[in-house]
Amino acid sequence: MEILLAITVGILFSASLYLILKRSLIRVIIGILILSNAVNLVIFTMGRLTRGAPPLIEPDAYTAGAGIANALPQALILTAIVIGFGLFAFTLAIIYRYYLTTKNLRSDAMNDSETPVPHPFSFGKKEGK
Amino acid sequence: MENHLLLILPILTPLLFAALGMILYKSRTAQRTTAIIGSAAQVAVTVLLFRRIWEEGIIAAQMGNWPAPFGISLVGDTFSGIMVLTVAVTSLAIFIYSLADIDKKREHYGYYPALNLLVMAVNGTLLTGDIFNMFVWFELTLISAFVLLSIGNTRQQLEGTIKYVIINLFSSALFLLAVGLLYGIVGSLNMADVAVKLESYENTGLITTISVLFMVSFGLKAAVFPLFFWLPSSYHTPPVAISAFFAGILTKVAIYVLARYYTLIFVQDVGYTHTILLWIGGLTMVIGVLGAAAQYEFRKILSIHIVSQIGYMIMGIALFTPMALLGTVFFVVNQIFVKMNLFLISGIANRLGGSFELKELGGLYKNYLWLGVLFLISAFSLAGFPPLSGFWAKFTLVYAGLEIQAWVIVGVALGVSLLTLFSMVKIWAFAFWKALPEGHPADTRDYQKRISTRDLILLAAPVVFLALLTVVIGVFPEYLYAVSERAAEQLMGRTEYIETVLQP
Repeated sequence: MEILLAITVGILFSASLYLILKRSLIRVIIGILILSNAVNLVIFTMGRLTRGAPPLIEPDAYTAGAGIANALPQALILTAIVIGFGLFAFTLAIIYRYYLTTKNLRSDAMNDSETPVPHPFSFGKKEGK
Repeated sequence: MENHLLLILPILTPLLFAALGMILYKSRTAQRTTAIIGSAAQVAVTVLLFRRIWEEGIIAAQMGNWPAPFGISLVGDTFSGIMVLTVAVTSLAIFIYSLADIDKKREHYGYYPALNLLVMAVNGTLLTGDIFNMFVWFELTLISAFVLLSIGNTRQQLEGTIKYVIINLFSSALFLLAVGLLYGIVGSLNMADVAVKLESYENTGLITTISVLFMVSFGLKAAVFPLFFWLPSSYHTPPVAISAFFAGILTKVAIYVLARYYTLIFVQDVGYTHTILLWIGGLTMVIGVLGAAAQYEFRKILSIHIVSQIGYMIMGIALFTPMALLGTVFFVVNQIFVKMNLFLISGIANRLGGSFELKELGGLYKNYLWLGVLFLISAFSLAGFPPLSGFWAKFTLVYAGLEIQAWVIVGVALGVSLLTLFSMVKIWAFAFWKALPEGHPADTRDYQKRISTRDLILLAAPVVFLALLTVVIGVFPEYLYAVSERAAEQLMGRTEYIETVLQP
């Protein structure tokens, strides 16, 4: 079972990195979404995977029996999912807003804040407009 | 006051005033007043906290009374204490500056609550003693930072925000991955407990792998050498007050976390991890300062310079001696004041001269002598001129390097210092000394009256205050030196931290 999940995580990681390196912003954020899911799966796997052994303590015992899965990573994942969801919603909104303002979704055309400035010594000479 | 109250108050105060600001959403005056009052209260609270830490050593509190490795611990040692205090003082300066710098539209969108929430998240990151809790605080920092970066919706801001958002989400994913793997091998999230359990863990290769994952994640957030490209393309886009806060504080929080992790948790294979850090530190210094040499925009020069200064802090962590860590703590605190002040000055220069582009500025020295003096103080402190504060910061780091015969890094640090001076002199020569470009309207009386006296005082007061701090730290360095010395002792002698957290 661990092997299967490890392979799944590997595929998810490579798919997300492939998408993040794309030029289209939409693909980039889908890549981020897949990445966060891949990370969640890693944490899930780290908490051991067992079948048919719920993390419950018997009525007459103080500690849980052997072979149960650790429940804490699942709580961590829950927190991570909620946070990730909020951030993802914000990112979608900001990209949509950017699209409304500039009609552009290609990352290599995002140069508004990088406009090269002519060298200061050329001031006063004619600058082609 | 009880220790747990003192530790939670720096987090609760900004949260309370952020909530108040949101309730008083409709009244601009009320929002501004609560923001200033809240920030002043924040300073008072952190002074109390720092005094307690100074008197009693490291203090810890268990949230919800869950005993240490199971619940969330808040820990205040000297390093986090001085950081929280610095953040409070500088954020008060930023709030005052914002009164004149932030326009009505942005105030209406909730600028003050967002900034308060950012302060809360930063304090949470500094005070927490739990790895996963730190992840949550980092995410809170991120979301408030996103809001502040994009508030106002200008084209440049949206673009800068998207770059910042994507790289930071990526880095958070790596952070979470590392937290998950670390939990998988030690079964604990409390930093002190993790440190104890890792000592008896045999597979050091796995620990080193995880530590490098942390390094990449915080390297992205701190903007170290191969991972810094997002910083110069986003920090110059929002209004000055916001970029000054980011420039002063956010990257340094990542440095704080790196210092914490690489002194407390990942000390199994110092030869490997800290050598990587040393290379990163040296390259970060050089690349940052060279990048700044190519820029001709006031805030872009300063932004890329942040990268260069981050290199010095990394160098202190990498050398891993008490003296070097002392240097890092001193450098971080000093850098927050100086870098923030330079950004604030760039904002005043923009208001008075009408531009951030060096070629369109000029004559500031002739028309506004006081601004020139303030700039020189901060710029020389950044470059490391005695008797200003930056000199002592660099002196300690260089001394620490010489102590353990790390000649190369010392040489790099000294050379980069000179190049820093080059960039500062470039700003001085173009913005302050050069005559105004021909036909520039800034010479006329009407142009100078564009900014009201009240606004000018609100803008100048924080700058004067921060410049005075720089001078005072420079002339009387022994106080900050003593604080940094104790912080470094506590970082290096990690048993005190571990014992305080685990035995309440």
